[in-house]
Amino acid sequence: MTTAHGPTSFIRKYIFSTDHKVIGIQYLLTSLVMLAVGGLLAMFIRLQLGWPTHFTNEQGLAHRTFLLMERWFPAGFPGGSGIMDSGFYNMLFTMHGTIMIFFAVIPLLVGVFGNYLIPLKIGAGDMAFPRLNMYSYWLIPPAIVVMLSGLFLQGGAAAAGWTSYAPLSATLGPGQTCWLVSILLVGTSSIMGAVNYVATVINLRAPGMGFFRLPLSVWALFITAIIILLATPVLAAASIMLLLDITLHTSFFLPPGLVIDGVAQAMNRGGQVLLWQHLFWFYSHPAVYIMILPAMGIVSEILPVFSRKPLFGYHSMVYAIMAIAGLGFLVWAHHMFASGMNPTLGTSFMASTMVIAVPSAIKTFNWLGTLWRGSIRLTTPMLHALAFVSMFVIGGLTGIFVASTPVDLYLHDTYFVVGHLHYVLFGGSLFGIFAGITFWFPKMFGRQLHEGLGKLHFLLTFVCFNAVMFPMFNLGIAGMPRRIYDYTQYAHLAHVGGLNRMMSVAAFCLGVVQLLFIANFCWSVFRGRKAGENPWEANTLEWTTASPPPHGNFVKIPIVYRGPYEYSVPGRKSDWLPQHVKS
Amino acid sequence: MHVWLPEGISTIAPAVDRLFYIILWLTGAVFVLVQATLLYFLVRYRRQAGQPAHYTHGNTMVEVVWTVIPAVILVALALHSQRIWAQVRGTPPPAALEVAITGQQFAWNVHYPGTDQQFGRTSPALVDEASNPVGLDRTDPNAADDIVTVNQLHLPVNRVALLHLKSKDVIHSFFVPQFRMKQDMVPGFTGQLWVSATKAGSYEIACAELCGLGHYRMRGFLTVESDEAFAMWLADALKEQQG
Repeated sequence: MTTAHGPTSFIRKYIFSTDHKVIGIQYLLTSLVMLAVGGLLAMFIRLQLGWPTHFTNEQGLAHRTFLLMERWFPAGFPGGSGIMDSGFYNMLFTMHGTIMIFFAVIPLLVGVFGNYLIPLKIGAGDMAFPRLNMYSYWLIPPAIVVMLSGLFLQGGAAAAGWTSYAPLSATLGPGQTCWLVSILLVGTSSIMGAVNYVATVINLRAPGMGFFRLPLSVWALFITAIIILLATPVLAAASIMLLLDITLHTSFFLPPGLVIDGVAQAMNRGGQVLLWQHLFWFYSHPAVYIMILPAMGIVSEILPVFSRKPLFGYHSMVYAIMAIAGLGFLVWAHHMFASGMNPTLGTSFMASTMVIAVPSAIKTFNWLGTLWRGSIRLTTPMLHALAFVSMFVIGGLTGIFVASTPVDLYLHDTYFVVGHLHYVLFGGSLFGIFAGITFWFPKMFGRQLHEGLGKLHFLLTFVCFNAVMFPMFNLGIAGMPRRIYDYTQYAHLAHVGGLNRMMSVAAFCLGVVQLLFIANFCWSVFRGRKAGENPWEANTLEWTTASPPPHGNFVKIPIVYRGPYEYSVPGRKSDWLPQHVKS
Repeated sequence: MHVWLPEGISTIAPAVDRLFYIILWLTGAVFVLVQATLLYFLVRYRRQAGQPAHYTHGNTMVEVVWTVIPAVILVALALHSQRIWAQVRGTPPPAALEVAITGQQFAWNVHYPGTDQQFGRTSPALVDEASNPVGLDRTDPNAADDIVTVNQLHLPVNRVALLHLKSKDVIHSFFVPQFRMKQDMVPGFTGQLWVSATKAGSYEIACAELCGLGHYRMRGFLTVESDEAFAMWLADALKEQQG
């Protein structure tokens, strides 16, 4: 399967490559760009939320910023004089959510680390299906083009939220059609990738690499791939149904008797509005675990290395991942407690949701157990991993509020939920991603990131992140609905303007601070200190080969003798014992 | 000003708030415990020369304990939540009055059955946005004394009202923060929500489900008032409607 020589032409080597490492880096660069795009959209959202009535104070800096934005996006400011259109605002948060989930976080976690790490960590020369792997990446750029092309169509991009609830989504312009086609492309790409990961982990493990010697990151990616295979086809089916409703006037989600904008819709026959929500969340709740399990795997990998200790409770960590994945399919309707579905269903979904908190708690305690009596080194990847643990706790605990049906009836669709999801997806997933990138950067590019710059980026990101996201809980508790373009409409929200402005300023700082990461990344790729094979003195197989690894990964496929976390084994001179060393 | 829970003015609000505070204290305690432990470990177990890490793969006893304790707490929480859920969303108590509220982009059409307590027939075919937003069939005898207002919901204080929630076009969500509840209005079926307001005053109805361009300004007004004031308002509204 692996050839002695890699391809030599530039196009086959770097563009249409079948090498899992090149594909991993292609995913990395693409999704980092999309992360920046999504982040920029968040800045625009915060601009509006910070100064929703800026036009009453025309001299202000905020107003001048709006005028600048108007020059870039004249369509979003139809009235001129720097006043954003509410439809444009709806587009902003729809595209922010969609891009962050489908084009940043999922491809960063699953695309980047899945591709780059799985073969290296299990001791394989490449993926089971290298060509399928290439196709899976090359579906992403067209998906991005289709998604963003909505911005240039009449009526603009999709504006029904990343959840695209019918019937609103069925009444919007061609931007929504682009959204659906793009999701179909990205879903197909996901499924292709997942088939590959599952086949690779099952078939291509090096001799001696039993399932319970797999590093946690591989376990997490393996189980994530299984979730993708089971859940994504449902999203694809739902998207096709909605696409048919929009283009061919079927009525999967459109009930009879609708009167939209004063016009009775005579064509609809017997559709069900809630069907979309059930199908959508049947994918999208497991998708939350697609976005967190790989990050948990990464963190479980990094904490032992920098505590110089075996992972606490390896087996229970693996079983917890399985439990989360399994239960993850039984909790989807907790997004629908206020939807009008039968209250008895609410009860059963509350029960399953409470239960899924248990394996998350187990994981958190095991991470703390790993730190206990360790020899802790606070490197940049370690700091990000610790931030993951700390922030994921907030994301998880606030989930208990919204799991409780009566409390959710109040907090549902308020900023509380926005805070909760950002503590999971930024506080959790994104810190996990930063931990992973800073940890494996030396392996990917053969050079070290700058530690000082890395730590500064971490510290400022951590502070700004909390300053933006934590007050969201207060806003939600005060009853501020999400997806609101101008909260000053409401008397009961008359007092939240100051807090919103503070959050916006923190958000802009959070955005600016990311320039440190970009600078560090670009500088280090070319100028960073050369990294050897194993700069972190870690045990797993990727550190036994050159940095970056050659085509085919290993000169000779390694033989595995033990689990991945044998650190500080008593009676040994060095405090690490790699998986492939015969002791 | 404090950005926190607004005043609760429904019979179920105190129970929901109590549950909220129980969860806040529980999760708050876990939060402090975990973060303090994390920080303590980071300081206490920083790398020190001549101090190797302790070699251990875990401890089954400890793991069983920290699995069982959260499980018990969460199950207890679910049971307690269920009791309140049954009260909020279970069979409604006998209602003193019924109101149908039909959401549309971007207004709340409030439909009172009038003194006969019977809603007149409605049909999408009869909808006229200017004169008949809910499509009320005026030939139906039950419709004779029906009252339809836009964005004005009046409820008598300390009376159980049963709200029938509908939508004409897309999903809206009926949200009165002071009631501590919301309920989506889903086109195609009629949802029900009962409420008994405990304090007279003026409040706002917010739409909590994204419904399009004007979602942010889909604001309704709720007036909770005495039986007499309510009866007078209804009579005035009927007179005005009959012109």
